[in-house]
Amino acid sequence: MSKFKKKGGNELPAISTASLPDIVFMLLFFFMVATVMRDNSLKIKNNLPAASEVEKLDKKNLVMFIYAGSPSEAYASAGTEAKIQLNDKFADVKDIASFIASERATKREEEIPQLTTALKVDKETNMGLVSDIEQELRKVNALKINYTTKKGSDMR
Amino acid sequence: MAKRSAPEVNAGSMADIAFLLLIFFLVTTTIEVDSGINSKLPPDIPPPDVKIKQKNIFTVQISNDNELLVEDELMDIKDLRKAALEFIDNGGGQGDAKCTYCKGKRDPESSDNPTKAIVSVTHGRGTDYGSFITVYDQLAGAYTVLRNQYAERTYNRSFTEMEASYKDTKSSDFKSSKLKDKIQDVKTKYPRIISKAEPK
Repeated sequence: MSKFKKKGGNELPAISTASLPDIVFMLLFFFMVATVMRDNSLKIKNNLPAASEVEKLDKKNLVMFIYAGSPSEAYASAGTEAKIQLNDKFADVKDIASFIASERATKREEEIPQLTTALKVDKETNMGLVSDIEQELRKVNALKINYTTKKGSDMR
Repeated sequence: MAKRSAPEVNAGSMADIAFLLLIFFLVTTTIEVDSGINSKLPPDIPPPDVKIKQKNIFTVQISNDNELLVEDELMDIKDLRKAALEFIDNGGGQGDAKCTYCKGKRDPESSDNPTKAIVSVTHGRGTDYGSFITVYDQLAGAYTVLRNQYAERTYNRSFTEMEASYKDTKSSDFKSSKLKDKIQDVKTKYPRIISKAEPK
């Protein structure tokens, strides 16, 4: 009767788990590549000035960013004059009010007074543009601002 | 000799190692936080007509060529912080406006009281943002120095450290109301009054 006896005995063959790490690494690489840290791609030069009296901007979700500076090389067709960038496109000073309104619409009501506007302005921008932005912010009552800077000192 | 197959290395735990690495990096990675100088804009209503004595105003002008004029005199940026310090902490007031905690020269020609002293920054439309920030930073720095000194005298710890431990989740002072009162006290003794006029 030994004719029909199984060859390898009755233990189950072990499933090879050697490729499991490869799967995990694949996942890891996929997320590394797919994660985008910055939600705005900048169309302007943004060399921030340095200051020493800085405070951290915590509560990331309560910050609105306004960028300003002269267009970067890839967008040289937009001219050399300093421009404002809201989200992903160039904007005019007049657009700030609607930008703030749309940002406020996405927040809960009790959070609105805590909203901070971070001004990320290039070092070489004229103050004229910055004060135009500030006037516009005053009109819509967005009074908390933050001049975003690098840490350090720019003393000449 | 019987043909021996090479013993298989158990690779089952490799996945665990990979996961361990993944989780370690997930936990330790901190995305860079932005930082900057906080400021508050005045509300868009016509300012009340209050008479402010000229001696209580410290004018800082930045010209279109990024030159610094302090009280109508040319000044180097290096001397700005000291000049602002002397002005704010002067405490030359008498009677109601007397400053009991000031350590300044008490010059009657300069500011009465830190709560009355106004630093006014004006700039042209052509001023560089970079130079404005440098100036603003120096002025804010003057207030920080004064607040630190006052806090050291009164509470034996610096104001910067007090604020840091108030915000630090690990410290025993995290969100403690006692510390909050102290911070508030320092802030009312030396309020940061930097006015920014519209460019001419």
